Amino acid sequence: MDSEAAFTISEEGEGHGTLALSGPWLVSSIGALERDLRGIDGPVARIDLSEVSEIDTVGAWVACDLAERLDAEVVGASERATRLMDAVCGLGGGLKLAAPRDAVWKRITARTGEKVYGARAGIYGVLGFLGAILSASGTLIRHPGRFRGKALVRQMELVGVAALPIVGLMSFLIGIVIAQQGAVQLSQFGAETLTVNLVGRITLRELGVLMTAIMVAGRSGSAFAAQIGTMRLTEEVDAMRTIGIAPMEALVIPRILAATLMMPLLGFYASVMAIVGGATISNFALGIPFLNFLERIQDVVPIYDLWVGLIKAPVFGLIVGLAGCYHGMQVKGDSEQVGLRTTLAVVSAIFAVIVIDAFFAVFFTKLGWA
Amino acid sequence: MGEDSNRPGRHERYRGEHPVVVKGLVNRFGDHVVHENLDLEVRRGEILGVVGGSGSGKSVLMRSIIGLQPPTEGEVEVFGRSLTSSQPDEVLGVRDRWGVLFQGGALFSTLTVGENVEVPLKQFYPELSDKLRKDIASFKVLLSGLPAEAVNQYPSELSGGMRKRAGLARALALDPELLFLDEPTAGLDPIGAAAFDRLTLELKETLGLTVFLITHDLDTLHAICDRVAVLADKKVIAVDTVPNLMALDHEWIQEYFNGPRGRAALSAQALEELRKHMDTPIAAQTLKALDNAPDRKA
Repeated sequence: MDSEAAFTISEEGEGHGTLALSGPWLVSSIGALERDLRGIDGPVARIDLSEVSEIDTVGAWVACDLAERLDAEVVGASERATRLMDAVCGLGGGLKLAAPRDAVWKRITARTGEKVYGARAGIYGVLGFLGAILSASGTLIRHPGRFRGKALVRQMELVGVAALPIVGLMSFLIGIVIAQQGAVQLSQFGAETLTVNLVGRITLRELGVLMTAIMVAGRSGSAFAAQIGTMRLTEEVDAMRTIGIAPMEALVIPRILAATLMMPLLGFYASVMAIVGGATISNFALGIPFLNFLERIQDVVPIYDLWVGLIKAPVFGLIVGLAGCYHGMQVKGDSEQVGLRTTLAVVSAIFAVIVIDAFFAVFFTKLGWA
Repeated sequence: MGEDSNRPGRHERYRGEHPVVVKGLVNRFGDHVVHENLDLEVRRGEILGVVGGSGSGKSVLMRSIIGLQPPTEGEVEVFGRSLTSSQPDEVLGVRDRWGVLFQGGALFSTLTVGENVEVPLKQFYPELSDKLRKDIASFKVLLSGLPAEAVNQYPSELSGGMRKRAGLARALALDPELLFLDEPTAGLDPIGAAAFDRLTLELKETLGLTVFLITHDLDTLHAICDRVAVLADKKVIAVDTVPNLMALDHEWIQEYFNGPRGRAALSAQALEELRKHMDTPIAAQTLKALDNAPDRKA
């Protein structure tokens, strides 16, 4: 039953050949024949469809295309074939599918221009957003009753409490790695005991807060952007405005405040967990008893190391919260934007955190807190 | 050949009576029973409208038939092949013979409309040359009533109605014999909806399609459906033409078709019919009388 599509050309005198098509002329069977069909260029006056067992729009379109190209007449078409050919003939034959592309230099110039304009819009957007936050904060200070305490507590739980296990585990492992790798290098100078200084100072000053900020950016900054972005798409943000709730007060301020408040706590917790991790590995690998390690920490780590970490932490939290909420509020159009903005929120937050951290390093050294 | 005689070969069209047969379908989500012993047969070459209240499981029924929602129990046969027998070959053999238009169009947002139509062609017939595939894609787009520029546009640049047409072009890419439409006119303005109905009817007649059409649109039911299946009480309670359904004594059916909206759709349909016969004196008189009737004066 399952025959294949085929064709034969019979010559009948001068330029009166007949191209006889047979078998099923369907999208499923035509692929095998396509190359051969394109090779036909002989004089064909008629295309005979009487032996065609099945035909669909693709078969009809190919027959039309052949008829047009060879300037031939179609004969023997069944009722169905006629109907299909009437429907599809002349559709899309000369259509150019690929969009006409501009020259390379035009495209480069256009893209550069777009980026410049985009950058300007971005700067205006950020400035506008910061202004909106300031004005919303002003309103809240004048009308403290409008402050959304419940939303703040809820966000603090999500940003802070819910992050405890993952931040703790991460810091504990980082403490282990620093202590273990540090000990390997320091032992070359016979200075294994300095591992305590290394772990204590680097985690309290830098890594505890920095790694936590990166973790919070990934966990909560992305969630801020995705939540607010989705709410914008579903017009929840617009619905809020019509009811008289300011999205800045209801959505943005609680999130930014929660991130700013929770970062110092999480950062301190992370530093402690890293020190515990370092003490644990030192206990087993370096022969420094666990409690001795903790005691030494108090001697070798100056208290201003703790202040360095705790001063940086809320700034990092603010940056993460701002980036997440800003990109969330920028979402408009389609769902693709949510993904794009979420990625941007995380990337820009981490980048800004690392840049600011470098400034802080210089600043604190100048202060004499080295 | 025996019972296999209705099964089409690779290059053959289905010649049996019922391209879709659903027997004893049960769909349960936890404790929530959506379908209980549902039976349905779709006749070849008809437009079958499927109606039912919100949450009556119209979309679940469609998803069960096209294999997106494995039924809890029961049998689904498409083109005489059982899709519930869990033989992957059986399912694969029919996937290129149906087209599905999802409610939102479900176009791939990173591809242009033309590329969207090319996707199923590439998937099932990689042997087609690039040129032929692009030609096919563009004539399908035009066949669906979109302007030629639409081929190179992205779904986000199209209006809702155009997106549905683009979705239809993709559903028609493989020249299916069976077309599933999930609320094709939902969210379209009345002009767009009527145009889409006309397109569906035209394509069905030209291409010889069998159409399974989920809808809430009473005008669609009156204008293009050959039969209508009513989903209520977890099963198909009736499958018949609209006039016959309206004669049935069932509360939901009566409320649906004889409610104010049902009546409005019906009278619109009747007026349309009358206008077609304007040349006969009786129709012209009736129309005149209707126009003068007090409640029709604007």
